[in-house]
Amino acid sequence: MLKDITLGQYFPGKTIIHRLDPRTKIIMVVVYIVALFLAVKYASYGLMLAFLVSVMILSRISPKRLLSGMKPLIIIILLTGILNIFYTGGEHLLVHWRFIRIYREGLINAGYMILRIIMLISGTFLLTYTTSPIELTDGLERLLSPLKKLHVPVHELSMMMCIALRFIPTLIEETDKIIAAQKARGADFETGNIFRRAKALVPILVPMFISAFRRADELAVAMECRCYHGGEGRTRMKIMKMKLRDYVTFLIGALLLAGVIVLRHFGL
Amino acid sequence: MTPIIEVVDLKHVYSPGTPFEHKGLDGVSFRVERGQTVGIIGHTGSGKSTLIQHLNGLLKPTSGKVYLDGTYILKDKQTTRNARFRVGLVLQYPEYQLFEETVRADISFGPKNMGLSDAEVKKRVEAAAACVGLTEALMEKSPFDLSGGQKRRVAIAGVLAMEPEVLILDEPTAGLDPKGRADILENLKVYQRQKNATLMIVSHSMEEIASFADQLLVLQKGRVAMYDTPAEVFKKAAALQEMGLAVPQITQVFLRLKELGVDIDTDVYTTGYGLKTILAKKEGAGHA
Repeated sequence: MLKDITLGQYFPGKTIIHRLDPRTKIIMVVVYIVALFLAVKYASYGLMLAFLVSVMILSRISPKRLLSGMKPLIIIILLTGILNIFYTGGEHLLVHWRFIRIYREGLINAGYMILRIIMLISGTFLLTYTTSPIELTDGLERLLSPLKKLHVPVHELSMMMCIALRFIPTLIEETDKIIAAQKARGADFETGNIFRRAKALVPILVPMFISAFRRADELAVAMECRCYHGGEGRTRMKIMKMKLRDYVTFLIGALLLAGVIVLRHFGL
Repeated sequence: MTPIIEVVDLKHVYSPGTPFEHKGLDGVSFRVERGQTVGIIGHTGSGKSTLIQHLNGLLKPTSGKVYLDGTYILKDKQTTRNARFRVGLVLQYPEYQLFEETVRADISFGPKNMGLSDAEVKKRVEAAAACVGLTEALMEKSPFDLSGGQKRRVAIAGVLAMEPEVLILDEPTAGLDPKGRADILENLKVYQRQKNATLMIVSHSMEEIASFADQLLVLQKGRVAMYDTPAEVFKKAAALQEMGLAVPQITQVFLRLKELGVDIDTDVYTTGYGLKTILAKKEGAGHA
Protein backbone atom coordinates (compact mmCIF):
# COMPACT_ATOMS: atom_id res chain seq x y z
CA MET A 1 0.00 0.00 0.00
CA LEU A 2 1.00 3.64 0.27
CA LYS A 3 3.00 2.90 3.42
CA ASP A 4 5.60 1.01 1.45
CA ILE A 5 6.98 4.11 -0.26
CA THR A 6 10.59 4.43 0.89
CA LEU A 7 11.82 7.39 -1.15
CA GLY A 8 13.39 9.81 1.31
CA GLN A 9 12.45 7.75 4.33
CA TYR A 10 14.37 7.72 7.59
CA PHE A 11 15.57 4.44 9.09
CA PRO A 12 16.38 5.02 12.76
CA GLY A 13 19.71 3.76 14.03
CA LYS A 14 22.60 4.54 16.35
CA THR A 15 25.60 4.20 14.06
CA ILE A 16 28.33 6.82 13.80
CA ILE A 17 26.76 8.09 10.58
CA HIS A 18 23.40 8.51 12.30
CA ARG A 19 25.04 10.45 15.12
CA LEU A 20 26.96 12.92 12.95
CA ASP A 21 25.80 16.50 13.05
CA PRO A 22 23.19 17.00 10.30
CA ARG A 23 25.12 20.02 9.03
CA THR A 24 28.18 17.85 8.56
CA LYS A 25 26.16 15.33 6.62
CA ILE A 26 24.58 17.96 4.36
CA ILE A 27 27.96 19.55 3.61
CA MET A 28 29.46 16.13 2.99
CA VAL A 29 26.72 15.29 0.50
CA VAL A 30 27.51 18.52 -1.37
CA VAL A 31 31.24 17.72 -1.31
CA TYR A 32 30.48 14.18 -2.46
CA ILE A 33 28.37 15.39 -5.37
CA VAL A 34 31.01 17.90 -6.48
CA ALA A 35 33.70 15.21 -6.28
CA LEU A 36 31.48 12.80 -8.21
CA PHE A 37 31.20 15.28 -11.08
CA LEU A 38 34.94 15.86 -11.07
CA ALA A 39 35.67 12.15 -11.33
CA VAL A 40 36.75 11.10 -14.82
CA LYS A 41 37.96 7.51 -15.05
CA TYR A 42 38.13 4.23 -13.18
CA ALA A 43 40.66 5.38 -10.57
CA SER A 44 38.63 8.38 -9.41
CA TYR A 45 35.38 6.43 -9.66
CA GLY A 46 37.00 3.67 -7.63
CA LEU A 47 37.93 6.17 -4.93
CA MET A 48 34.35 7.52 -4.85
CA LEU A 49 32.90 4.03 -4.77
CA ALA A 50 35.19 3.08 -1.89
CA PHE A 51 33.96 6.13 0.02
CA LEU A 52 30.31 5.32 -0.70
CA VAL A 53 30.68 1.68 0.30
CA SER A 54 32.44 2.57 3.57
CA VAL A 55 29.65 5.01 4.49
CA MET A 56 27.13 2.32 3.61
CA ILE A 57 28.86 -0.23 5.85
CA LEU A 58 29.26 2.28 8.69
CA SER A 59 25.58 3.25 8.55
CA ARG A 60 24.45 -0.42 8.27
CA ILE A 61 22.16 0.40 5.34
CA SER A 62 22.08 -2.64 3.07
CA PRO A 63 22.75 -2.18 -0.68
CA LYS A 64 19.46 -3.97 -1.25
CA ARG A 65 17.53 -1.23 0.53
CA LEU A 66 19.38 1.51 -1.35
CA LEU A 67 18.63 -0.14 -4.68
CA SER A 68 15.00 -0.88 -3.82
CA GLY A 69 14.52 2.84 -3.15
CA MET A 70 15.71 3.52 -6.70
CA LYS A 71 12.98 1.48 -8.36
CA PRO A 72 10.90 4.51 -9.41
CA LEU A 73 14.00 6.03 -11.09
CA ILE A 74 15.03 3.01 -13.17
CA ILE A 75 13.51 4.43 -16.35
CA ILE A 76 15.37 7.74 -16.05
CA ILE A 77 18.64 5.95 -15.36
CA LEU A 78 18.26 3.57 -18.31
CA LEU A 79 17.18 6.36 -20.65
CA THR A 80 20.26 8.42 -19.79
CA GLY A 81 22.43 5.40 -20.46
CA ILE A 82 20.82 4.63 -23.81
CA LEU A 83 21.03 8.25 -25.01
CA ASN A 84 24.70 8.30 -24.12
CA ILE A 85 25.36 5.18 -26.16
CA PHE A 86 23.96 6.78 -29.30
CA TYR A 87 25.22 10.31 -28.95
CA THR A 88 28.85 9.75 -28.10
CA GLY A 89 31.29 9.85 -30.97
CA GLY A 90 34.75 8.22 -30.98
CA GLU A 91 37.30 6.22 -32.90
CA HIS A 92 36.29 2.61 -32.40
CA LEU A 93 33.13 2.04 -34.42
CA LEU A 94 31.36 -1.11 -33.17
CA VAL A 95 27.99 -1.06 -34.93
CA HIS A 96 26.99 0.79 -38.04
CA TRP A 97 23.47 0.22 -39.27
CA ARG A 98 21.76 2.92 -41.35
CA PHE A 99 21.97 6.10 -39.27
CA ILE A 100 22.87 4.33 -36.03
CA ARG A 101 26.52 4.37 -35.08
CA ILE A 102 27.68 2.92 -31.79
CA TYR A 103 31.23 3.54 -30.67
CA ARG A 104 33.16 1.80 -27.93
CA GLU A 105 33.56 5.20 -26.26
CA GLY A 106 29.79 5.53 -26.21
CA LEU A 107 29.37 2.28 -24.30
CA ILE A 108 32.03 3.23 -21.78
CA ASN A 109 30.58 6.71 -21.41
CA ALA A 110 27.08 5.28 -20.84
CA GLY A 111 28.46 2.92 -18.20
CA TYR A 112 30.12 5.77 -16.35
CA MET A 113 26.96 7.86 -16.63
CA ILE A 114 24.75 5.17 -15.15
CA LEU A 115 27.28 4.54 -12.40
CA ARG A 116 27.42 8.26 -11.66
CA ILE A 117 23.64 8.62 -11.38
CA ILE A 118 23.31 5.55 -9.18
CA MET A 119 26.12 6.79 -6.93
CA LEU A 120 24.59 10.27 -6.83
CA ILE A 121 21.22 8.91 -5.73
CA SER A 122 22.82 6.48 -3.26
CA GLY A 123 24.70 9.34 -1.61
CA THR A 124 21.61 11.47 -1.10
CA PHE A 125 19.62 8.42 0.02
CA LEU A 126 22.24 7.70 2.66
CA LEU A 127 21.65 11.23 3.98
CA THR A 128 17.88 10.90 4.25
CA TYR A 129 18.05 7.28 5.46
CA THR A 130 20.30 8.22 8.39
CA THR A 131 18.98 11.69 9.29
CA SER A 132 15.51 12.31 10.68
CA PRO A 133 13.49 14.97 8.83
CA ILE A 134 13.56 17.22 11.89
CA GLU A 135 17.36 17.07 12.11
CA LEU A 136 17.59 17.66 8.39
CA THR A 137 15.50 20.84 8.43
CA ASP A 138 17.24 22.05 11.59
CA GLY A 139 20.59 21.53 9.91
CA LEU A 140 19.46 23.31 6.77
CA GLU A 141 18.15 26.23 8.77
CA ARG A 142 21.47 26.63 10.56
CA LEU A 143 23.42 26.35 7.33
CA LEU A 144 21.22 28.92 5.59
CA SER A 145 20.99 31.31 8.54
CA PRO A 146 23.48 33.79 7.00
CA LEU A 147 20.76 34.46 4.42
CA LYS A 148 18.67 36.03 7.19
CA LYS A 149 20.79 39.14 6.73
CA LEU A 150 19.33 39.37 3.23
CA HIS A 151 15.80 39.16 4.72
CA VAL A 152 15.22 35.64 3.48
CA PRO A 153 12.69 34.11 5.94
CA VAL A 154 14.92 31.11 6.64
CA HIS A 155 13.24 30.11 9.89
CA GLU A 156 9.75 30.28 8.45
CA LEU A 157 10.79 28.28 5.41
CA SER A 158 12.42 25.57 7.48
CA MET A 159 9.40 25.47 9.80
CA MET A 160 7.13 24.97 6.80
CA MET A 161 9.37 22.24 5.48
CA CYS A 162 9.49 20.62 8.89
CA ILE A 163 5.70 20.62 9.23
CA ALA A 164 5.27 19.29 5.71
CA LEU A 165 7.72 16.45 6.36
CA ARG A 166 6.15 15.72 9.72
CA PHE A 167 2.69 15.37 8.22
CA ILE A 168 3.54 13.24 5.20
CA PRO A 169 3.35 9.95 7.14
CA THR A 170 0.25 11.13 9.00
CA LEU A 171 -1.54 12.02 5.79
CA ILE A 172 -0.45 8.77 4.14
CA GLU A 173 -1.85 6.83 7.07
CA GLU A 174 -5.07 8.81 6.94
CA THR A 175 -5.38 8.29 3.19
CA ASP A 176 -4.91 4.57 3.70
CA LYS A 177 -7.76 4.61 6.22
CA ILE A 178 -10.06 6.55 3.91
CA ILE A 179 -9.26 4.22 1.00
CA ALA A 180 -10.04 1.25 3.26
CA ALA A 181 -13.32 2.81 4.37
CA GLN A 182 -14.45 3.54 0.81
CA LYS A 183 -13.36 0.11 -0.39
CA ALA A 184 -15.47 -1.36 2.39
CA ARG A 185 -18.38 0.50 0.80
CA GLY A 186 -17.59 -1.14 -2.52
CA ALA A 187 -15.61 1.67 -4.14
CA ASP A 188 -13.66 0.39 -7.13
CA PHE A 189 -10.41 2.16 -8.10
CA GLU A 190 -9.03 -0.45 -10.45
CA THR A 191 -11.45 -0.90 -13.33
CA GLY A 192 -12.95 1.39 -15.96
CA ASN A 193 -11.45 4.00 -18.28
CA ILE A 194 -9.41 6.99 -17.17
CA PHE A 195 -12.45 9.23 -16.56
CA ARG A 196 -14.14 6.61 -14.44
CA ARG A 197 -10.98 6.14 -12.43
CA ALA A 198 -10.52 9.88 -11.96
CA LYS A 199 -14.09 10.11 -10.76
CA ALA A 200 -13.49 7.21 -8.39
CA LEU A 201 -10.90 9.37 -6.61
CA VAL A 202 -13.45 11.94 -5.46
CA PRO A 203 -14.53 9.86 -2.42
CA ILE A 204 -10.88 9.87 -1.34
CA LEU A 205 -9.83 13.41 -2.21
CA VAL A 206 -12.73 15.21 -0.53
CA PRO A 207 -12.25 13.60 2.90
CA MET A 208 -8.47 14.01 2.53
CA PHE A 209 -8.66 17.74 1.91
CA ILE A 210 -11.09 18.20 4.75
CA SER A 211 -8.86 16.29 7.10
CA ALA A 212 -5.75 18.21 5.98
CA PHE A 213 -7.47 21.54 6.65
CA ARG A 214 -8.73 20.32 9.99
CA ARG A 215 -5.22 19.22 10.96
CA ALA A 216 -3.74 22.54 9.86
CA ASP A 217 -6.30 24.37 11.95
CA GLU A 218 -5.67 22.22 15.02
CA LEU A 219 -1.91 22.58 14.65
CA ALA A 220 -2.18 26.37 14.38
CA VAL A 221 -4.22 26.50 17.59
CA ALA A 222 -1.78 24.16 19.36
CA MET A 223 1.18 26.30 18.26
CA GLU A 224 -0.46 29.50 19.40
CA CYS A 225 -1.32 27.93 22.75
CA ARG A 226 2.41 27.43 23.19
CA CYS A 227 3.05 31.05 22.26
CA TYR A 228 4.82 30.33 19.00
CA HIS A 229 5.54 33.57 17.20
CA GLY A 230 8.13 32.81 14.57
CA GLY A 231 11.90 32.92 14.58
CA GLU A 232 12.61 36.15 16.45
CA GLY A 233 14.53 35.43 19.67
CA ARG A 234 13.69 31.74 19.60
CA THR A 235 15.99 29.39 21.49
CA ARG A 236 16.44 25.67 20.91
CA MET A 237 16.09 22.60 23.02
CA LYS A 238 18.81 20.73 21.16
CA ILE A 239 21.74 22.95 20.32
CA MET A 240 23.83 21.50 17.54
CA LYS A 241 27.47 21.24 18.35
CA MET A 242 30.27 20.09 16.10
CA LYS A 243 32.22 17.31 17.74
CA LEU A 244 35.53 15.64 16.99
CA ARG A 245 33.84 13.12 14.70
CA ASP A 246 32.45 15.98 12.61
CA TYR A 247 35.89 17.54 12.14
CA VAL A 248 37.30 14.15 11.23
CA THR A 249 34.52 13.78 8.66
CA PHE A 250 35.37 17.17 7.15
CA LEU A 251 39.00 16.10 6.92
CA ILE A 252 37.96 12.92 5.09
CA GLY A 253 35.77 15.00 2.78
CA ALA A 254 38.66 17.36 2.00
CA LEU A 255 40.96 14.42 1.30
CA LEU A 256 38.36 12.81 -0.95
CA LEU A 257 37.95 16.00 -2.94
CA ALA A 258 41.72 16.53 -3.16
CA GLY A 259 42.23 12.92 -4.22
CA VAL A 260 39.70 13.18 -7.03
CA ILE A 261 41.21 16.47 -8.25
CA VAL A 262 44.71 15.00 -8.29
CA LEU A 263 43.50 11.88 -10.16
CA ARG A 264 41.68 14.13 -12.60
CA HIS A 265 44.85 16.06 -13.20
CA PHE A 266 46.52 12.83 -14.33
CA GLY A 267 43.47 11.92 -16.38
CA LEU A 268 42.67 8.83 -14.32
CA MET B 1 -24.33 -25.73 9.94
CA THR B 2 -21.45 -23.80 8.39
CA PRO B 3 -20.33 -20.93 10.57
CA ILE B 4 -20.90 -17.54 8.91
CA ILE B 5 -17.28 -16.60 9.55
CA GLU B 6 -14.41 -18.97 10.04
CA VAL B 7 -10.85 -17.74 10.52
CA VAL B 8 -8.05 -20.28 10.24
CA ASP B 9 -4.54 -19.61 11.51
CA LEU B 10 -4.48 -16.02 10.25
CA LYS B 11 -1.10 -14.29 10.26
CA HIS B 12 -0.27 -10.78 9.14
CA VAL B 13 3.19 -9.22 9.12
CA TYR B 14 3.51 -5.46 8.57
CA SER B 15 6.39 -4.04 6.48
CA PRO B 16 8.22 -7.34 6.11
CA GLY B 17 11.96 -7.05 5.54
CA THR B 18 12.38 -3.55 7.00
CA PRO B 19 13.31 -2.37 10.52
CA PHE B 20 9.61 -1.55 10.94
CA GLU B 21 8.58 -5.18 10.54
CA HIS B 22 6.13 -6.38 13.17
CA LYS B 23 3.52 -9.05 13.55
CA GLY B 24 -0.01 -7.67 13.45
CA LEU B 25 -1.61 -11.08 13.76
CA ASP B 26 0.15 -14.23 14.82
CA GLY B 27 -2.01 -17.27 14.21
CA VAL B 28 -5.62 -16.28 14.91
CA SER B 29 -8.36 -18.92 14.57
CA PHE B 30 -12.01 -18.73 15.56
CA ARG B 31 -15.53 -19.18 14.18
CA VAL B 32 -18.66 -17.10 14.46
CA GLU B 33 -22.17 -18.55 14.10
CA ARG B 34 -24.95 -16.74 12.24
CA GLY B 35 -26.87 -14.23 14.35
CA GLN B 36 -24.27 -14.04 17.11
CA THR B 37 -22.98 -10.83 18.62
CA VAL B 38 -19.24 -11.00 19.17
CA GLY B 39 -17.38 -8.40 21.18
CA ILE B 40 -13.68 -7.98 20.36
CA ILE B 41 -11.53 -6.61 23.16
CA GLY B 42 -7.81 -6.21 23.57
CA HIS B 43 -5.14 -3.74 24.56
CA THR B 44 -4.08 -1.06 22.04
CA GLY B 45 -1.99 -2.74 19.36
CA SER B 46 -3.31 -6.23 20.09
CA GLY B 47 -4.41 -6.62 16.46
CA LYS B 48 -8.13 -5.84 16.67
CA SER B 49 -8.25 -3.40 13.75
CA THR B 50 -5.92 -5.59 11.69
CA LEU B 51 -8.14 -8.60 12.30
CA ILE B 52 -11.39 -6.99 11.25
CA GLN B 53 -9.89 -5.64 8.03
CA HIS B 54 -9.14 -9.24 7.04
CA LEU B 55 -12.73 -10.31 7.47
CA ASN B 56 -13.91 -8.53 4.31
CA GLY B 57 -10.68 -8.90 2.36
CA LEU B 58 -9.40 -5.33 2.77
CA LEU B 59 -6.09 -6.66 4.03
CA LYS B 60 -4.48 -9.76 2.59
CA PRO B 61 -3.06 -12.12 5.20
CA THR B 62 0.57 -13.20 5.11
CA SER B 63 -0.77 -16.71 5.71
CA GLY B 64 -4.03 -18.27 6.86
CA LYS B 65 -7.55 -18.05 5.47
CA VAL B 66 -10.89 -16.40 6.13
CA TYR B 67 -14.07 -18.24 5.11
CA LEU B 68 -17.40 -16.47 4.72
CA ASP B 69 -20.28 -18.91 4.85
CA GLY B 70 -17.91 -21.67 3.82
CA THR B 71 -16.30 -19.79 0.88
CA TYR B 72 -12.67 -18.64 0.93
CA ILE B 73 -13.07 -14.87 0.51
CA LEU B 74 -9.92 -14.32 -1.56
CA LYS B 75 -10.79 -17.13 -4.01
CA ASP B 76 -11.12 -14.69 -6.92
CA LYS B 77 -11.86 -11.01 -7.52
CA GLN B 78 -15.61 -11.47 -7.75
CA THR B 79 -15.76 -13.41 -4.47
CA THR B 80 -13.75 -10.71 -2.71
CA ARG B 81 -16.00 -7.99 -4.08
CA ASN B 82 -19.07 -9.90 -2.94
CA ALA B 83 -17.52 -10.37 0.48
CA ARG B 84 -17.15 -6.58 0.76
CA PHE B 85 -20.93 -6.26 0.35
CA ARG B 86 -21.86 -9.22 2.54
CA VAL B 87 -19.55 -8.14 5.36
CA GLY B 88 -20.20 -4.49 6.19
CA LEU B 89 -17.24 -2.86 7.87
CA VAL B 90 -17.44 0.42 9.78
CA LEU B 91 -13.93 1.58 10.62
CA GLN B 92 -12.87 3.79 13.52
CA TYR B 93 -14.16 7.37 13.33
CA PRO B 94 -16.15 6.62 10.17
CA GLU B 95 -17.38 10.23 9.95
CA TYR B 96 -14.10 11.14 8.20
CA GLN B 97 -15.09 9.09 5.17
CA LEU B 98 -18.10 11.29 4.27
CA PHE B 99 -17.66 13.13 0.99
CA GLU B 100 -20.96 13.71 -0.82
CA GLU B 101 -22.99 16.90 -1.08
CA THR B 102 -25.99 15.57 0.77
CA VAL B 103 -26.54 12.99 3.45
CA ARG B 104 -28.79 11.02 1.10
CA ALA B 105 -26.14 10.88 -1.63
CA ASP B 106 -23.52 9.75 0.84
CA ILE B 107 -25.62 6.91 2.19
CA SER B 108 -26.40 5.86 -1.42
CA PHE B 109 -22.70 5.43 -2.25
CA GLY B 110 -22.48 1.83 -1.01
CA PRO B 111 -25.71 0.46 -2.50
CA LYS B 112 -24.99 2.24 -5.81
CA ASN B 113 -21.61 0.52 -5.98
CA MET B 114 -23.49 -2.76 -5.65
CA GLY B 115 -25.18 -1.99 -8.95
CA LEU B 116 -28.74 -1.98 -7.56
CA SER B 117 -31.65 -0.27 -9.31
CA ASP B 118 -32.49 3.32 -8.36
CA ALA B 119 -35.71 2.25 -6.70
CA GLU B 120 -33.91 -0.38 -4.62
CA VAL B 121 -31.17 2.10 -3.65
CA LYS B 122 -33.81 4.60 -2.55
CA LYS B 123 -35.64 1.99 -0.52
CA ARG B 124 -32.48 0.84 1.23
CA VAL B 125 -31.30 4.39 1.95
CA GLU B 126 -34.65 5.23 3.56
CA ALA B 127 -34.54 2.06 5.65
CA ALA B 128 -30.95 2.61 6.78
CA ALA B 129 -31.61 6.26 7.65
CA ALA B 130 -34.69 5.29 9.64
CA CYS B 131 -32.71 2.59 11.43
CA VAL B 132 -30.16 5.07 12.81
CA GLY B 133 -32.80 7.73 13.47
CA LEU B 134 -31.95 10.29 10.78
CA THR B 135 -34.93 12.53 10.07
CA GLU B 136 -36.15 13.42 6.59
CA ALA B 137 -35.03 17.04 7.11
CA LEU B 138 -31.42 15.95 7.65
CA MET B 139 -31.30 13.90 4.47
CA GLU B 140 -30.90 16.88 2.13
CA LYS B 141 -28.30 18.66 4.27
CA SER B 142 -24.57 18.59 3.65
CA PRO B 143 -22.98 15.94 5.87
CA PHE B 144 -20.34 18.51 6.87
CA ASP B 145 -22.97 20.71 8.56
CA LEU B 146 -23.99 17.99 11.00
CA SER B 147 -22.86 17.43 14.57
CA GLY B 148 -20.28 14.73 15.37
CA GLY B 149 -22.89 12.25 16.56
CA GLN B 150 -25.09 12.81 13.52
CA LYS B 151 -22.12 12.37 11.17
CA ARG B 152 -21.35 9.07 12.86
CA ARG B 153 -24.92 7.91 12.23
CA VAL B 154 -24.73 8.91 8.57
CA ALA B 155 -21.51 6.94 8.18
CA ILE B 156 -23.01 3.87 9.85
CA ALA B 157 -26.16 4.20 7.74
CA GLY B 158 -23.88 4.25 4.66
CA VAL B 159 -22.81 0.70 5.54
CA LEU B 160 -26.23 -0.48 6.78
CA ALA B 161 -27.72 0.52 3.41
CA MET B 162 -25.71 -2.26 1.79
CA GLU B 163 -27.69 -4.61 4.06
CA PRO B 164 -24.70 -6.78 5.00
CA GLU B 165 -25.23 -10.19 6.63
CA VAL B 166 -22.28 -9.54 8.90
CA LEU B 167 -21.79 -6.10 10.37
CA ILE B 168 -18.41 -5.30 11.89
CA LEU B 169 -17.78 -2.06 13.72
CA ASP B 170 -14.52 -0.70 15.12
CA GLU B 171 -15.35 1.30 18.24
CA PRO B 172 -18.63 2.67 16.93
CA THR B 173 -19.26 4.64 20.12
CA ALA B 174 -15.80 6.18 20.67
CA GLY B 175 -15.98 9.88 21.44
CA LEU B 176 -19.77 10.04 21.78
CA ASP B 177 -21.78 11.12 24.81
CA PRO B 178 -23.64 8.45 26.87
CA LYS B 179 -26.95 9.11 25.11
CA GLY B 180 -25.31 8.89 21.69
CA ARG B 181 -23.62 5.63 22.68
CA ALA B 182 -26.82 4.01 23.90
CA ASP B 183 -28.73 5.14 20.80
CA ILE B 184 -26.21 3.71 18.36
CA LEU B 185 -26.00 0.37 20.17
CA GLU B 186 -29.80 0.19 20.21
CA ASN B 187 -29.94 0.97 16.45
CA LEU B 188 -27.48 -1.85 15.79
CA LYS B 189 -29.55 -4.31 17.80
CA VAL B 190 -32.65 -3.33 15.81
CA TYR B 191 -30.80 -3.89 12.53
CA GLN B 192 -29.57 -7.27 13.77
CA ARG B 193 -33.11 -8.38 14.66
CA GLN B 194 -34.54 -7.20 11.34
CA LYS B 195 -32.00 -8.98 9.16
CA ASN B 196 -30.89 -11.79 11.45
CA ALA B 197 -27.42 -10.31 10.94
CA THR B 198 -24.22 -11.22 12.72
CA LEU B 199 -22.59 -8.41 14.69
CA MET B 200 -18.95 -7.99 15.62
CA ILE B 201 -17.97 -4.98 17.69
CA VAL B 202 -14.58 -3.74 18.83
CA SER B 203 -14.85 -1.81 22.06
CA HIS B 204 -12.79 -0.48 24.92
CA SER B 205 -15.75 -0.19 27.26
CA MET B 206 -16.19 -3.38 29.26
CA GLU B 207 -19.60 -2.25 30.53
CA GLU B 208 -20.81 -1.74 26.98
CA ILE B 209 -19.49 -4.99 25.65
CA ALA B 210 -20.68 -7.00 28.68
CA SER B 211 -24.29 -6.01 28.17
CA PHE B 212 -24.14 -6.23 24.37
CA ALA B 213 -22.18 -9.27 23.25
CA ASP B 214 -22.93 -12.95 23.66
CA GLN B 215 -19.38 -14.05 22.82
CA LEU B 216 -16.15 -12.24 23.67
CA LEU B 217 -12.96 -12.51 21.65
CA VAL B 218 -9.98 -11.35 23.68
CA LEU B 219 -6.87 -10.56 21.66
CA GLN B 220 -3.37 -10.16 23.01
CA LYS B 221 -0.26 -9.51 20.92
CA GLY B 222 -1.95 -10.77 17.76
CA ARG B 223 -3.20 -14.02 19.32
CA VAL B 224 -6.55 -15.13 20.67
CA ALA B 225 -6.17 -15.10 24.46
CA MET B 226 -9.78 -16.11 25.20
CA TYR B 227 -12.93 -16.77 23.21
CA ASP B 228 -15.92 -17.43 25.42
CA THR B 229 -19.12 -15.99 26.85
CA PRO B 230 -18.76 -12.72 28.81
CA ALA B 231 -19.52 -14.59 32.04
CA GLU B 232 -16.61 -16.98 31.51
CA VAL B 233 -14.23 -14.26 30.33
CA PHE B 234 -14.92 -11.89 33.20
CA LYS B 235 -14.36 -14.72 35.69
CA LYS B 236 -10.70 -14.43 34.82
CA ALA B 237 -10.34 -10.91 36.17
CA ALA B 238 -6.68 -11.34 37.13
CA ALA B 239 -5.69 -12.61 33.67
CA LEU B 240 -7.52 -9.72 32.02
CA GLN B 241 -5.79 -7.18 34.23
CA GLU B 242 -2.45 -8.67 33.28
CA MET B 243 -3.31 -7.95 29.62
CA GLY B 244 -4.04 -4.32 30.46
CA LEU B 245 -7.79 -4.89 30.34
CA ALA B 246 -10.34 -4.62 33.10
CA VAL B 247 -13.58 -6.27 34.13
CA PRO B 248 -16.76 -4.15 34.25
CA GLN B 249 -17.03 -1.86 37.27
CA ILE B 250 -19.97 -3.81 38.67
CA THR B 251 -17.89 -7.00 38.57
CA GLN B 252 -15.12 -5.18 40.39
CA VAL B 253 -17.61 -4.26 43.13
CA PHE B 254 -18.65 -7.88 43.53
CA LEU B 255 -15.08 -9.13 43.53
CA ARG B 256 -14.24 -6.64 46.29
CA LEU B 257 -17.31 -7.71 48.28
CA LYS B 258 -16.15 -11.31 48.05
CA GLU B 259 -12.68 -10.24 49.16
CA LEU B 260 -14.20 -8.51 52.18
CA GLY B 261 -15.76 -11.82 53.20
CA VAL B 262 -19.30 -11.45 51.86
CA ASP B 263 -20.57 -14.80 50.61
CA ILE B 264 -21.68 -13.77 47.13
CA ASP B 265 -21.40 -14.94 43.52
CA THR B 266 -19.01 -12.86 41.44
CA ASP B 267 -20.22 -13.83 37.96
CA VAL B 268 -21.98 -10.50 37.66
CA TYR B 269 -21.15 -8.25 34.75
CA THR B 270 -24.20 -6.08 34.16
CA THR B 271 -25.75 -3.66 36.61
CA GLY B 272 -29.20 -5.21 36.20
CA TYR B 273 -28.00 -8.68 37.08
CA GLY B 274 -25.96 -7.22 39.94
CA LEU B 275 -29.06 -5.65 41.43
CA LYS B 276 -30.93 -8.96 41.18
CA THR B 277 -28.09 -10.83 42.85
CA ILE B 278 -27.94 -8.37 45.74
CA LEU B 279 -31.71 -8.40 46.22
CA ALA B 280 -31.75 -12.22 46.15
CA LYS B 281 -28.96 -12.23 48.72
CA LYS B 282 -30.87 -9.80 50.92
CA GLU B 283 -34.01 -11.87 50.70
CA GLY B 284 -32.08 -15.04 51.44
CA ALA B 285 -30.57 -13.35 54.51
CA GLY B 286 -34.03 -12.18 55.63
CA HIS B 287 -35.38 -15.71 55.55
CA ALA B 288 -32.45 -17.20 57.35
